[in-house]
Amino acid sequence: MSLLLSVHDLTMHYATRKGEVSAVDNVSFDLAKGQSLGLVGESGCGKTSIVFALMRLLPENGMIKNGYIMLDGKDIVAMDYAALLKVRWRKIAMVFQAAMNALNPVYTVGQQIIEALELHLSNISPAQARERIAILFELVGLDPALMDRYPHEFSGGMRQRAVIAMALSCSPDIIIADEPTTALDVIVQDRILKRIRELQRELNMAMIYISHDIAVIAEVSDRIGVMYAGRMAEMAESADIFDRPMHPYTYALMGAFPSIKGKRRDLKTLPGEPPDLLDPPSGCRFHPRCPYATDVCREKQPDFTPVNGASRSDLTHGHYVACWHPMQGVTL
Amino acid sequence: MTQTTYTDGTLVRVEGLKKHFPVGGGLFKRAKSHIYAVDDVSFAIQKGKSLGLVGKSGCGKTTTGKMLVRLYDPTAGHIFLNDVEVGQVDLAEVKGAQLKTFRRRVQMIFQDPYESLNPRRTVFDTVVEPLAVQGIGDLIDREERVAGLLDMVGLTPANTFMFRFPHELSGGQRQRVAIARALIIDPTFIVADEPTSMLDVSIRIGVMQLMQELADRFAVSYLYITHDLAVARYMCQDIAVMYLGKLVEMAETEELLAHPLHPYTQALISAVPIPDPRLQRETLEIKGGIAQPIDPPLHCRFYDRCPFADNFCRDNDHPLLEDKGDGHKVACYKV
Repeated sequence: MSLLLSVHDLTMHYATRKGEVSAVDNVSFDLAKGQSLGLVGESGCGKTSIVFALMRLLPENGMIKNGYIMLDGKDIVAMDYAALLKVRWRKIAMVFQAAMNALNPVYTVGQQIIEALELHLSNISPAQARERIAILFELVGLDPALMDRYPHEFSGGMRQRAVIAMALSCSPDIIIADEPTTALDVIVQDRILKRIRELQRELNMAMIYISHDIAVIAEVSDRIGVMYAGRMAEMAESADIFDRPMHPYTYALMGAFPSIKGKRRDLKTLPGEPPDLLDPPSGCRFHPRCPYATDVCREKQPDFTPVNGASRSDLTHGHYVACWHPMQGVTL
Repeated sequence: MTQTTYTDGTLVRVEGLKKHFPVGGGLFKRAKSHIYAVDDVSFAIQKGKSLGLVGKSGCGKTTTGKMLVRLYDPTAGHIFLNDVEVGQVDLAEVKGAQLKTFRRRVQMIFQDPYESLNPRRTVFDTVVEPLAVQGIGDLIDREERVAGLLDMVGLTPANTFMFRFPHELSGGQRQRVAIARALIIDPTFIVADEPTSMLDVSIRIGVMQLMQELADRFAVSYLYITHDLAVARYMCQDIAVMYLGKLVEMAETEELLAHPLHPYTQALISAVPIPDPRLQRETLEIKGGIAQPIDPPLHCRFYDRCPFADNFCRDNDHPLLEDKGDGHKVACYKV
């Protein structure tokens, strides 16, 4: 698999009146062409901040303190505005969380996609653009005749499909989806998830899918990264995360997730609450809630370490965990 | 108001409950159409058991819940509460001073703990309010009860939480305050409207377990409103599935999940993502449908989306909820 994107030691802070919030701390991951990576974690774990960094859409008080994001041999962190314009939409496109807010209510859906096409693909004629939108609409399962309608005439699921069509419009190499189905009902969510996954495979795009819902992540990801309090706790192939979780947080997260299939197992509680990132805990950020924490966990931050002979230089495969006492062979 | 009580352990029995909201119209203009938000819904909840009310947004589950605590007045129907303290009452008809008495017995927990707590009031003020309204105990007595309850809901030590404001609490802690407030006057029945859907995974289970412990301890029953079947599985002995204002299926939880009979329930269950990457789900495909039941036509509400519908379904009124054995009820002509 060829390497497409490489995020290395990314560290991000937000300036607030109370001080700097350490939102992302030394996060590294790689993405291969056509690979689907799911980032899972609770609110405030830094998953959306990483998306902001990848698109360089940081809020005003946000700053990248350290690290690089390499795409095609260029560092997104260091890019100027002109270079960024060439990357956004054409290389990395994004499906936003709230499709309602991502569409402008006073333009037809078609006009908005045409605008994106004209901005990012020079010398495309209006007729060509419409033709392309018709193809995109069919891809995402919308009637092409709907392109001349306004967003308010679309249902929630249709809007989300339109936003996906828009993200696909410039044939990006990477598509980022930030909780695109959270506001939808289960049946619509299921359809959208399936279509996203099919498109990602058919078009051989890489995908970064962000969600707090481990069940959704399981359905769309080849690989899963589990984040906690701004750090990557564990990363592995999807099946390995579920069969052989090594970080106590991953294990706790799985145990806390109710399922409608299989035997009704007792759900396990995780004591405490996620830390305040204005003043993160010393050492491993999970230690105040971890049942296995020892002195070393309180004092020193564990490295993001390859296990079972995985390579340090290529994070697109293999199992990695940041824990002083990784769990071995524990099943749920 | 009758004073007879049931002997079969029924706590709440809802019969033919309806809520129709007018659409359009105004001061001098009659509304031309109505949203049939809740349309002829009947169910019963046994003492000490909880019923999960499941359905997509806009199906009428919250409207049902709000009628049960009388935040909405029903258009028609009865809500019988069978209670040791007040006897059997039709909640749909209580008024004035009676309404106040009945609010001691029936409480509600809302979805969003960021909106349901008054930001200018301390935890103590919020939790003590029902006691003050009902005139129960003196200040010292009330303070003891609040402290005791805060301990029970896991806000310990209670004296460090009593005089905090909502903005000083996390989402999970706020929902615990809302639970304490609902329990302070010893109700027998609580309507819980998506109480954990705004909370993070690791916090959510704690609140769910707390609600179960307290239900056992105080012999409280919940009407647990949720869109999440997996959560309902853990919180409720029985599940009722709602679709466009109608109950389409109701059964014991494991029975419903293992053998869903109504096509909508089947589609719903088959669409729930499973936290297991190797599992391939078989989805039952249904067509898209309308979001609101405005003056619905006189056939099955699910007719337009149903993969099994035929002329009989089109020509007859919405089917009645019928018992197909062992209390598994379903409203479908094709079962």
